[in-house]
Amino acid sequence: MMPQFTPLWTDWLIYALLLIIAVYIAYTRSKPHLLAPWRKVMRSPTAIASSVILLVFVTIGLLDSIHFREALPQQNNGEKTVYSAEIISLFDRMATPLRNHVEKTYSAPLAVNLFAMESVEQPDGRVARLFPRLKYAGSHLGKDIEHSTRDQWRLFIKGSLWGAVIWVLLCLVLNAALASHARIDFSQMARRLWRGDTELPWRTLLLTIGMVLWLSAIAWQIAPRYHLFGTDKVGLDVLYLALKSIRTGLIIGILTTLVMLPFALLFGIMAGYFKGWVDDVIQYIYTVLNSIPSVLLIAAAVLMLQVYMDLNKDSFNSVVERADVRLLFLCLILGVTSWTGLCRLLRAETLKLREFDYVQAAHALGASHWKIMTRHIVPNVMHIVLITITLEFSSLVLAEAVLAYVGVGVDPSMNSWGNMINSARLELAREPMVWWPLAAAFVFMFVLVLAANLFADAVRDAFDPRVQ
Amino acid sequence: MTVSFLRVSACVMLLSLVTACGKVPWNDPYPVAERGKNILYSVFNERPKHLDPARSYSSNEVIFTGQIYEPPLQYHYLKRPYTLEPLTAQAMPEVQYFNAQGQALPADAAAESIAYSDYVIQIKPGIYYQPHPAFVQDAQENYVYQHLRPEQIAALQSPTDLPLQAKRELTAEDYVFQIKRLASPRLNSPIFGLMSDYILGLKEYGELLSRESNKLKSENGAEAYLDLNRYPLQGAQALDRYRYRIRIKGKYAQFNYWLAMQFFAPVPWEVEKFYAQPGMKEKNFVLDWYPVGTGPYMLAENNPNKQMVLVKNPNYHGDRYPSSGEPGDRASGLLADAGKPLPFIDRAVYTLEKEDIPYWNKFLQGYYDASGISSDTFDQAVKIGGTGEAALTPDMQAKGIQLKTTVATSISYIGFNMQDAVVGGLSERARKLRQAISIAIDSEEMISIFRNGRGIAAQGPIPPGIFGYEEGEAGINHYVYDWVKGKPERKSIAQAKRLLAEAGYPGGRDATSGQPLLLNFDTSAVGPDAKSHLEWLVKQLNKIDVQLVIRSTDYNRFQDKMLKGDAQIFEWGWNADYPDPENFLFLLYGPNKKVGLNGENAANYDNPEFNRLFEQMKNMDNSPARQQVITQMLEIARRDAPWVWGFYPKNYALYHAWYFNAKPNLMANNSLKYLRIDAKERERMRNLWNQPILWPIAVLLLALAAVLLPAALAYRRKVHAAPSARKAK
Amino acid sequence: MIGYVLRRLLYAIPILIGVNVFIFTLFFAVNTPDNMARIHLGMKRVTPDAVAKWKHEHGYDKPLLFNAQAAGTQKFTATIFFTKSVPMFAFKFGAADDGRDIGQDIKTRMLPSLALAAPVFLLGLLLYITFALTLAFFRATYVDYVGVVLCVAMMSISGLFYIIGGQFLISKLLHLVPISGYQYGTDAFKFLVLPVVIGVIGGLGSSSRWYRTIFLEEMNRDYVRTARAKGLPERIVLFRHVLRNAMIPILTGVVVVIPTLFMGSLVSESFFGIPGLGSYTIDAIRSQDFAIVHAMVFLGSVLYIVGLLLTDISYTWVDPRVRLS
Repeated sequence: MMPQFTPLWTDWLIYALLLIIAVYIAYTRSKPHLLAPWRKVMRSPTAIASSVILLVFVTIGLLDSIHFREALPQQNNGEKTVYSAEIISLFDRMATPLRNHVEKTYSAPLAVNLFAMESVEQPDGRVARLFPRLKYAGSHLGKDIEHSTRDQWRLFIKGSLWGAVIWVLLCLVLNAALASHARIDFSQMARRLWRGDTELPWRTLLLTIGMVLWLSAIAWQIAPRYHLFGTDKVGLDVLYLALKSIRTGLIIGILTTLVMLPFALLFGIMAGYFKGWVDDVIQYIYTVLNSIPSVLLIAAAVLMLQVYMDLNKDSFNSVVERADVRLLFLCLILGVTSWTGLCRLLRAETLKLREFDYVQAAHALGASHWKIMTRHIVPNVMHIVLITITLEFSSLVLAEAVLAYVGVGVDPSMNSWGNMINSARLELAREPMVWWPLAAAFVFMFVLVLAANLFADAVRDAFDPRVQ
Repeated sequence: MTVSFLRVSACVMLLSLVTACGKVPWNDPYPVAERGKNILYSVFNERPKHLDPARSYSSNEVIFTGQIYEPPLQYHYLKRPYTLEPLTAQAMPEVQYFNAQGQALPADAAAESIAYSDYVIQIKPGIYYQPHPAFVQDAQENYVYQHLRPEQIAALQSPTDLPLQAKRELTAEDYVFQIKRLASPRLNSPIFGLMSDYILGLKEYGELLSRESNKLKSENGAEAYLDLNRYPLQGAQALDRYRYRIRIKGKYAQFNYWLAMQFFAPVPWEVEKFYAQPGMKEKNFVLDWYPVGTGPYMLAENNPNKQMVLVKNPNYHGDRYPSSGEPGDRASGLLADAGKPLPFIDRAVYTLEKEDIPYWNKFLQGYYDASGISSDTFDQAVKIGGTGEAALTPDMQAKGIQLKTTVATSISYIGFNMQDAVVGGLSERARKLRQAISIAIDSEEMISIFRNGRGIAAQGPIPPGIFGYEEGEAGINHYVYDWVKGKPERKSIAQAKRLLAEAGYPGGRDATSGQPLLLNFDTSAVGPDAKSHLEWLVKQLNKIDVQLVIRSTDYNRFQDKMLKGDAQIFEWGWNADYPDPENFLFLLYGPNKKVGLNGENAANYDNPEFNRLFEQMKNMDNSPARQQVITQMLEIARRDAPWVWGFYPKNYALYHAWYFNAKPNLMANNSLKYLRIDAKERERMRNLWNQPILWPIAVLLLALAAVLLPAALAYRRKVHAAPSARKAK
Repeated sequence: MIGYVLRRLLYAIPILIGVNVFIFTLFFAVNTPDNMARIHLGMKRVTPDAVAKWKHEHGYDKPLLFNAQAAGTQKFTATIFFTKSVPMFAFKFGAADDGRDIGQDIKTRMLPSLALAAPVFLLGLLLYITFALTLAFFRATYVDYVGVVLCVAMMSISGLFYIIGGQFLISKLLHLVPISGYQYGTDAFKFLVLPVVIGVIGGLGSSSRWYRTIFLEEMNRDYVRTARAKGLPERIVLFRHVLRNAMIPILTGVVVVIPTLFMGSLVSESFFGIPGLGSYTIDAIRSQDFAIVHAMVFLGSVLYIVGLLLTDISYTWVDPRVRLS
């Protein structure tokens, strides 16, 4: 039976965003002057490597954005199909073993026993304190459990081999394609590729893909049989939680930026450029907004949403939907609170730029305000915009943890790095320390933030008007 | 630039090293002058809002008010079950019952025939209040500081800055004055509502005061003093200097317990009048912040932002350490100080500590004398022995730390809203659904995961240590547990599923429509543990294929929902006011419903038979007959399952080796006077545990230098190479 | 210039009124006076009667913004908004909902906040700019790459962990400073060392990244190239030219913060037990003490407006091309 497709609010926004990107790409392809800087981006090895990583994250995020409800088995014939109340995503479906292998409580990465001792009644009736076996991890070994390390090495090698095989195949195909495109023979192309002597950094691309393939092949082998990153307090697989958090992180980072950017750009530049009453009005708006502690603003907004949800209980029948609306709202309100910083920066920079000779000259030549702003001012403040967005993106992913500390973050039932970090606060104080949920959150966040930063640096360089 | 900055910071470090030398620890958070003194160090984690005995009701305020104010009765420090004994009273109150005609009735009269009861309390003479300027009189017996000018008040840092202070003897009138204060519209006492149902004329007295207060305000401004001495209260009267009488409507068997709470502590009218002077309130000079009592301690410093300090009351009437207790108390050294004069400790410093981690670590360093154990430090402190008993880890034992455990007189439960269409009601269908859920939610697992075993799965509303609780097979909940091999064993999930099917939801789906069963859990939980806790709950109901939707919201919304009865399943708890089963069973008493009646029955459970038995049980003395009624009530409640009974928390407390006479007493809140510390030993241990370790910092600085050196070299190279490079371009 | 300053100061009044209206709407949209009363009255045995009395006692028994029942101007003055907002403009903060005088509390809590925030601010600025200049100087070398990775790694660690880690290492293992607490006067030093160091380190990642970008932007400009071509030493190019010309974005971020240093920091005050205004505000929000929240927001906006004004003045000071009118 077909599952019932049930997109969430944020899903729709993501689809819309995809559509816009697709249109932009189609449009850019036909305009060489727009395409040129992107070509330049592509030529930078760091940009290529980081975009591969970003793409992996985005893909996982997208897979996690296709939500549906599965049909329940029919009870009596001839009835309408009834769907499960639980909304899951395509990613959940793919990661079913990870999702379902829920242990009792903490277990360390790759462990086959629980992390804490428990009183267990022996068959002879005596009670012993021991580390009980996990229900799922290593269960395929049966009694042969003491060889779990050997089994893990076996899976590691098997995964590595799989990864290597796929990678080599990919290399061959790419090489063949490149060779035919450049009209040179296969081995010559291979040599060039090996030396990195190509216009686009294919070698970096292949190496990055190789790395990703290797890691995911290992994870693919080990994760269904063991808990690669251990389990959390209620026994959920930490790898699964960290992967699920990708979507939350991306949405908070991207949606919020999208909300704030138009405000900040428009208002900031207008205030600096026109000065006078326009400046006054805009300053008025952001001063009022900024004077209210953002925690209070966010808390108030989230609470208002809750009032709304309580009044319309029936439209929010599942945890996922409730959490999703809250996330969306959080993005909106974070966007509203965070545009002021960039706006002030842009205003200041514009105040300076508008007095520059070329702007004054353009003015004297009778160029329209709009034209001056878009042609002369926007390109010259782009570096500020880009670095702010990147930093903002990174800090938003983190801000969530601080918001969770105050109690107004994403829904507690939502998987997010912020929630993971926040609970790690207590886990670190445990003795012995439970470090893996924090480590997993940190690794994923670090990779994402690093890739975003490096990519943004490359983009900045490519679009710098002076370097061209 | 960076290098020079480092150099400076290294110098600062060295400098501080020289100045802070000696074997005194660097990390001592207390002033040097306090070292080695007979001072107790403890914490408070939330700023106390009220220290006025008529207003304060929360546990974080009672740690202060309990030491300052003395109600007529107190709980015996050592005896269990909890027993009341006289504190400022000469003896336990004499109770006399009267019928509607005002004729005295015998003590065993039927509750229905009693129209009112008199409590006559005789207090000890020679008890004095702490020194306070409000008591100062001149030779003509005029009060010196009752007519201060506002500018005089404005110049004060604290009311005790006034040069003269005096003491005054405690009289019965002061107790009566406080009972009148409970009705004052300006104080808003939390128990006024409850007490006006019991104390004769208190309700009318409140109305009278409201009228008078408004009249005064309109005539003489908002701060005009409302003199309660001018208005007599029928229900509370002083008979002579040392004797007063409280008149209760009908019979109220639990009233003695209230007489051990701060609400019934004495307040001198001079102090009230002193603080009512114009200009006092603006300086925070109010009874709420500068309490005045007869207790062993008085509040010396009130800075709720940082610390609260109690010092010995020089006028304390003296009390002696109890010379009898529970069996075993002598062996554990709790009677070593028997008969010695109290209090032992000169000063108690309470520091604001909002986060658990610093609290715990400072305890380990010896800067706090006692600590609880949070779930996450548990494994560090306690290991569970082979037979399941708790013991300290070797680390803790090496430090000489002692562990005391008690089962709290409280319960934490998951309630069903009995007015809900799906889970509520007394129909067979809903009852079976609730029973199925009760089986599915595995409280034992919850205790082991989230509380490290610090709790006992509840079998009913009454926790151990309270009359009515039964041990063994007789006391288990047969709807959720079976008695197997001498202990309760939770019924199987298969059984829960069967109950669910009988309730009309086979496989977790409505038998008629086929729709999956969706239940809602309402919560206001925030904080790091909330997520895992909620996930765990969802997991529990998944075991019987029921979907649980978490509706998390903020505290206000949650309270609103509870008041309106919009919640479906929720978590709630209750902390006993006094050790009587009535204080737990009334949580299920129909007329005490939350919805519409604003009571404490959060589940809105209303079973007529249960209500009838409650009214019968309420006024009975602890006797086998009462036990029988309670057993019947428990059976009804267990069958109806308005709560998933949850658990009774167990408190674990840790004390350092220099901390004596600690015995957790959940009812008594004046326990500071019994405690004794060995300050010398503490000083020695603190020095031993806290010697600064410096080499890692040196290593860190070296490592930093090692990183910076190549950079500095590269800089130099680049600067020198740059001109030539540019030329080459 | 003076005209501009005067105009700005005049604008402060509508801004403050706006902030007041906004905060009122926000706060009371989610907390009714009933809720507030219930929170302050505690968990147990709260009767509707007690709630009504509490509201009356604290002045929350009037309509919020508009009193339809009253006559004439009373329609506006006999409201919670009017009675609670007007005294603010005279900096009379009144009593908190729990009865304590707010002005008194703010006075005692201001200094600890400043003692923590000011060193973090100054040391931080110094360190970040130095570090960022170093990175910009070594642009596209291994130092730069390592620096970027380091910055990103530091950005990816939540601020809470610098605090927990610092307390664990410095206070718990090495016994160098108290874990938390505060003493007034010179004793404060030992309590402040760790929070200050952690505060500075915690901001290193993102601030350095940010300053680096600003510096790089300036280093690409023609005048820097000219200066270099003239053979000026790199040090002078960096400090005299790059730093000075990058001042505008730096000042935008920095000057506005100076007056608000009094307001303290939220999380670290709670963790280190420093009795400052940051933890005061957060406690008030948590316990829904409207009087305190209101006072703090008002104070915050006044300081913020001052900060904005200072920023604008500082622009003209570092860059004579900027004219304010």
